[in-house]
Amino acid sequence: MTATREAAPQALTRDQSVLTRLRWTASDAAVVTGRNLRHFVRQPQLLLFSTVQPVMFVLLFAFVFDGAIDVPTDDYLQYLLPGIFVQSVAFRAGQTAVGLAEDLDRGVIDRFRTLPMARSAVLAGRTFADLIRNLSIVVLMAGVGLLIGFRFEAGPAMALAAILVVSVFGYALSWVFAYVGLRAKGAEAAQSAGFVVMFPLVFASSVFVPISSMPPWLATFAGASPITHAADAARALSLGTGPALAPTLLSLASTAAVLAVFVPLSVRAYRRAR
Amino acid sequence: MSHAVEVRDLRKAYGSTIALDGVDLDVPAGSVIGLLGPNGAGKTTLVRILTTLLRPDAGHARILGLDVATQAGQLRPLIGLAGQSASVDELLTARENLRMVGRLYHLSSRVAERRADALITRFELDEAADRPVKGFSGGMRRRLDLAASLVNEPPVLFLDEPTTGLDPRSRLTLWAAIEDLVEEGTTLLLTTQYLEEADHLADRIVVIDRGQVIAQGTGDALKERVGGQVVDVRVADLAAVEHARSVLSALTHEPPASEGAVLSLATDDGVATLVRAAQKLEAAEIEVTDLAVRRPSLDEVFLTLTAHDDEEPAR
Ligand SMILES: Nc1ncnc2c1ncn2[C@@H]1O[C@H](COP(=O)(O)OP(=O)(O)OP(=O)(O)O)[C@@H](O)[C@H]1O
Ligand SMILES: [Mg+2]
Repeated sequence: MTATREAAPQALTRDQSVLTRLRWTASDAAVVTGRNLRHFVRQPQLLLFSTVQPVMFVLLFAFVFDGAIDVPTDDYLQYLLPGIFVQSVAFRAGQTAVGLAEDLDRGVIDRFRTLPMARSAVLAGRTFADLIRNLSIVVLMAGVGLLIGFRFEAGPAMALAAILVVSVFGYALSWVFAYVGLRAKGAEAAQSAGFVVMFPLVFASSVFVPISSMPPWLATFAGASPITHAADAARALSLGTGPALAPTLLSLASTAAVLAVFVPLSVRAYRRAR
Repeated sequence: MSHAVEVRDLRKAYGSTIALDGVDLDVPAGSVIGLLGPNGAGKTTLVRILTTLLRPDAGHARILGLDVATQAGQLRPLIGLAGQSASVDELLTARENLRMVGRLYHLSSRVAERRADALITRFELDEAADRPVKGFSGGMRRRLDLAASLVNEPPVLFLDEPTTGLDPRSRLTLWAAIEDLVEEGTTLLLTTQYLEEADHLADRIVVIDRGQVIAQGTGDALKERVGGQVVDVRVADLAAVEHARSVLSALTHEPPASEGAVLSLATDDGVATLVRAAQKLEAAEIEVTDLAVRRPSLDEVFLTLTAHDDEEPAR
């Protein structure tokens, strides 16, 4: 190495201007986001699973249950697909926990912590990469749906809104699972925790069937679930069969509530993690 | 500021486990300190505190005049750490790993790229540079991890057991790389369980045990300290070892160590001890096949210093 030190090392310190610190904070988050997006691409089996699995659900549910489930729409596929948007991001959310737990296990977080980077970048970069992944999964599912006969009855602008509402909901779930990943004892534990929590919650919601068809105790639970709120909003925005504003606002509110609880919890867990 | 690292009465406990029990340490700028200690001595804990990963319970530590607990932000650009397990990103390539670290040190992408390329060449990773780390051997990972800790060209470097688990050839390669760094004036604190490594790389060895510094000095000074010489006694009959030990124990401060049929006595005056040992053994009618005086090995120094038989660590 040369004896001359190029470009004085830049630390994030208090005496820097707010603007400089903001710039580095954003730059750090972008670097970590890029790293996590590379991870998605470098794990082809995960990529395959996260796309094939919701496609299978669409095909199975749409063809097996068509006619067997009483839904307010003419066609079960019309009811199902907006729910599948939510299901596909919900089942993938556990991956956030696994990724973080692995980073802790393998010392990557330790490496990050010895660097003069913004403390927020690890979680911000991870959840932001998840948001991009969520968006692509939902767009992909919309494409699959269109291929097998699904129609966004309310037009393209509302379709876009549906996709955004679901992605933002998925973003909130990433923070839930960031917390799980930071608190779990190892990646395997994070993995199973993700599945054990999400699987029943998705079924106990309006994702696959209307909650009016559930026994009252379950309907009450499902009615309060942010998953139901997201699915209802996505449905209203996609189908245009009823007013869309109220369910959209409800979903955004419950998404915000999830964020309000889990962002601070995760940030605190990150400070204390192993 | 002549000391690059200054540690005063540092304490850290995990629940009821005391990991550091009042450590004092000075590392002169530009020197190499070998931190030596058995498993669980507190080496990693000390390194993690010095690299801002862990906060001490009490005491303080300064690196280049900056307090590790309260001035961590200013300190981080000036230190590098290669931890006990290589903390590199498995799914990124070697080059991507180094560039990412460079970017997180807030180097421009051009400079980060140049540093990455230079480090890859320096650590002989050219061929593997664009392959994911997942397929790397242990030695390659270690080299990459060391490279990552050098991205910002830190004046103070911490290496936690840098060669554990490496084959002899990889170890020599890494030693050469470390020697180059020292040549360039980097202050280095390395932990190791290999005395040979500490003796080879370090200017000064600090022996730590149960969270306390129990001895320090050059390899030679430590040998002097335990006793300048060793008398080896090989008894003819393995069953007589214990008898021989009790006969000989009056001759030295430390009870004789034994391995197989050989008893070793640490002493200041090898010849006198040898003569007296011969007399005692003769009187006790213990048959001896070999009797010799030699310099102690560093291993013996280490074992003697960290012996836990008595409550007080050996003095
Ligand atoms: N995270 C932790 N939680 C609880 N106890 C810990 C933790 N880390 C270390 N310890 C304990 O603190 C003591 C010192 O551990 P440390 O890892 O610093 O030792 P070491 O000298 O690095 O050992 P080794 O040679 O095995 O790496 C040990 O008793 C260890 O069990
Ligand atoms: Mg250790």
